[in-house]
Amino acid sequence: MGVRARMQELSPEVRKAGFDEVERGLAIHQAIAEASRCLFCHDAPCVAGCPAGVDVPGFIRRLKTRNFVGAARLIREANVFAGVCARVCPAEELCEKRCSSTNLSEPIAIAALQRFVADEEMKRGIKLPGPGAPTGKKVAVIGSGPAGLACAHELARLGHAVTVYEAEERPGGLLVHGIPRYRLPLAVAEAEVGAVLQSSAVEVKTGVRLGRDVSAADIRRSHDAVFLSPGLGYQSSLGVPGEDLPGVLQAGEFLRKVATGDDVRLAGKVVVIGGGNVAMDAACSALRCGASEVVVLYRRSRDEMPAWNREYEFAAAEGVKFEFLTTPVRFVEDGGRLTGVECVGTRLGEPDSSGRRRPEMIPGSEHIIEVPTAIVATGQAPWPGLVELFGGLAAGKGDTIEVCRETQMTPVEGVFAGGDAANGGATVVQAVAEGKRAAKAIDAYLRRVCK
Amino acid sequence: MADLSIEFCGVKFPNPFTLAAAPPTDSAEMVARAFEAGWGGAILKTTSVETEVVELVYPMMAGLDYEDKKLVGLENIDLISERHIDEVEKDVKALKKEYPDRVVGASIMGAKKEDWQELVRRLEAAGVDLIECSFSCPHGMPERGMGSTIGQDPELTERTARWVKEAAKRVPVIIKLTPQIADITAAARAVKRSGADGVCAINTLKSLIGIDLDTFVPYPNVGGYSTFGGYSGPAIKPVALRCVAEIAKAVDIPIAAVGGISTWRDAVEFLLVGATNIQLCTAVMRHGFRIIEDLIDGLDVYLEEKGMSSVRELVGKSLPYIVEHSQLSRKHKVVATINHETCVKDDLCYIACRDGGHQAIELDSNRLPKVDENKCKGCGMCATVCPVYECIQLKPKVGAM
Repeated sequence: MGVRARMQELSPEVRKAGFDEVERGLAIHQAIAEASRCLFCHDAPCVAGCPAGVDVPGFIRRLKTRNFVGAARLIREANVFAGVCARVCPAEELCEKRCSSTNLSEPIAIAALQRFVADEEMKRGIKLPGPGAPTGKKVAVIGSGPAGLACAHELARLGHAVTVYEAEERPGGLLVHGIPRYRLPLAVAEAEVGAVLQSSAVEVKTGVRLGRDVSAADIRRSHDAVFLSPGLGYQSSLGVPGEDLPGVLQAGEFLRKVATGDDVRLAGKVVVIGGGNVAMDAACSALRCGASEVVVLYRRSRDEMPAWNREYEFAAAEGVKFEFLTTPVRFVEDGGRLTGVECVGTRLGEPDSSGRRRPEMIPGSEHIIEVPTAIVATGQAPWPGLVELFGGLAAGKGDTIEVCRETQMTPVEGVFAGGDAANGGATVVQAVAEGKRAAKAIDAYLRRVCK
Repeated sequence: MADLSIEFCGVKFPNPFTLAAAPPTDSAEMVARAFEAGWGGAILKTTSVETEVVELVYPMMAGLDYEDKKLVGLENIDLISERHIDEVEKDVKALKKEYPDRVVGASIMGAKKEDWQELVRRLEAAGVDLIECSFSCPHGMPERGMGSTIGQDPELTERTARWVKEAAKRVPVIIKLTPQIADITAAARAVKRSGADGVCAINTLKSLIGIDLDTFVPYPNVGGYSTFGGYSGPAIKPVALRCVAEIAKAVDIPIAAVGGISTWRDAVEFLLVGATNIQLCTAVMRHGFRIIEDLIDGLDVYLEEKGMSSVRELVGKSLPYIVEHSQLSRKHKVVATINHETCVKDDLCYIACRDGGHQAIELDSNRLPKVDENKCKGCGMCATVCPVYECIQLKPKVGAM
């Protein structure tokens, strides 16, 4: 067994100066050598590890024999966001985690191989399976993120006419408005979003927000079924005085501006509050926007941090500093401007409902970190009022839309939901899987109920 | 999708990919699964008359690994099917009923004229689409005067093939040849003279795959002894490719190619040298019937990229480019060029050139290999040993034609 192939990547010094993609992909000879390490398992565990169910050994075998077109076709059969997921999937926790080669040497670099195939395909132009024979049924999809578009694509293949309603001016949801460009170049996101929207059976209406520009009742009246995938929108409040001060940024809004190419300039030291992947994205983006120093504050320890290890390592390699067991208690102002964050040290007590040990403040450990900018990245929530739509959906944990796990069905007939608004915030590939699952259930519903 | 259907000896195959007569085709259940997966045809494992008692030995397989690559070659000491001809007949009937659009062939082997002819009559009556005759098994069967004993003698080949062809009223007869003959085209010509419809090339090569250095017993070890076996797999592909090309250039007869074919790329090569049927065994034994998906998809995409609408357009396309050695140009001059940007300084090209070439590569003070264009003949050995992708390439020599 040979050694696992590794992509070339920009060094931390080079990459933090801009938003160029950090991972540079595999060269053709690397990809073929890596593909040759695949054992080509029957009932392959990697496939079970992929929420979208990509036929991993199948595409790797095609790649190995230089049938790049066939490899791409096979991946896209299961996942229209092949190039996106190859870049942003936590593959080490999904397909690669179960790879049989792990027991011999190292897991096959599945994500890197998928990326190679997707990159080769981008050069030729992405080709997706066309729409099925028209059924005459109309489905509304709310939100054009990965869940919505995966659902729209599957519905179109099944012959249904789909209208996608997107509140933003540009379709793509989080892929366009959230993920930093150094991880996912805009060209890749736009190419894959565009490929779905190219279908004659999919129409997209941008700049149309549900509840503002179009009512739920109208949507319901003009369609046979609805798929709700609006994503998360609202930042959950930190509940700390001074949160509204200029200089205190919400991570979602900050990342949105940065991702869509706004020239966001920061100066001096920046504090990022939170320990998730969004906090890591915000910290690394802040560096790229000119911050001289970035410090991440997290109220628990490194072990409890929800950010994936590779995200943490990535940020640490770029010089992002971490203050664990620290929580903000007040934003300090001077003349209406933020000048610092007052923090207090914590220690971990008994486990809370999430199973993680609850941080307890240590009296007397208050201190002020002087900064002109703080970014709050402590989690996002579904849009307020979302669960009241369509005559009252059931609310799940954290005001998410409650759905049946097998069908993505809500208790309201004909209304289905998926993506972050239903799962509370997960991976892109999970959103894709939910969109696909919903499409199958919607198709079954339309054939059963709406004859 | 391109048209992958192709006619071979008057029989229409939905695609050229056919399971060779071997363990994967030893039951209707297995072949049915292969057909479900997409295989175009199958030649059932070789059968004979009931008087030819078959008793197999175990283990019967031994693989050849090369460095970290498993199974570059496979040796087997398997024999023909142990199953009674009555069962084979039943399999043929069941398969043809369930899969009328797929090709079901039978492989037969006999000791005397009556055996051959009885086998043909029975299997033809059972409904096979073609009969393949093994004149080529290199192990076990020759001890009984069968297998490659026939194939190595053009006269025996012609006579036996004639018996079979005489008995076949409806279906085409093809003869499976052994590569272990001084001139395989002589065997193919003998088949042509006999009136049989086609040839299948090649059967396995007689081999001794290796020896246990501690016990001194070769592999596979059957109770302390071993024997010579039949060698197959990727390692024999160049031999098979040469045999098919040689026959195609010399004899006007349909050729089924077999021998080391594992991927669609291999299949294309055999089509390019004139084969119209592609048989596989070792790759299937290793990875299963499912490889058909990749074979079909790869061939289809390739045809599309070449702007071809049918697989038939590939047949024989490379034959005009194969000439006698004496006809090759003596004026064609190339020289090795080494990309110093990607060179990892392993000195492999230097060693190969110094001890197996023309001492045309020198190492400079930084251990970078430098080609002396006056000494380099352009033999190409350095490029074959270099581990770096496209680092050493042969380029036309400046000033030469």
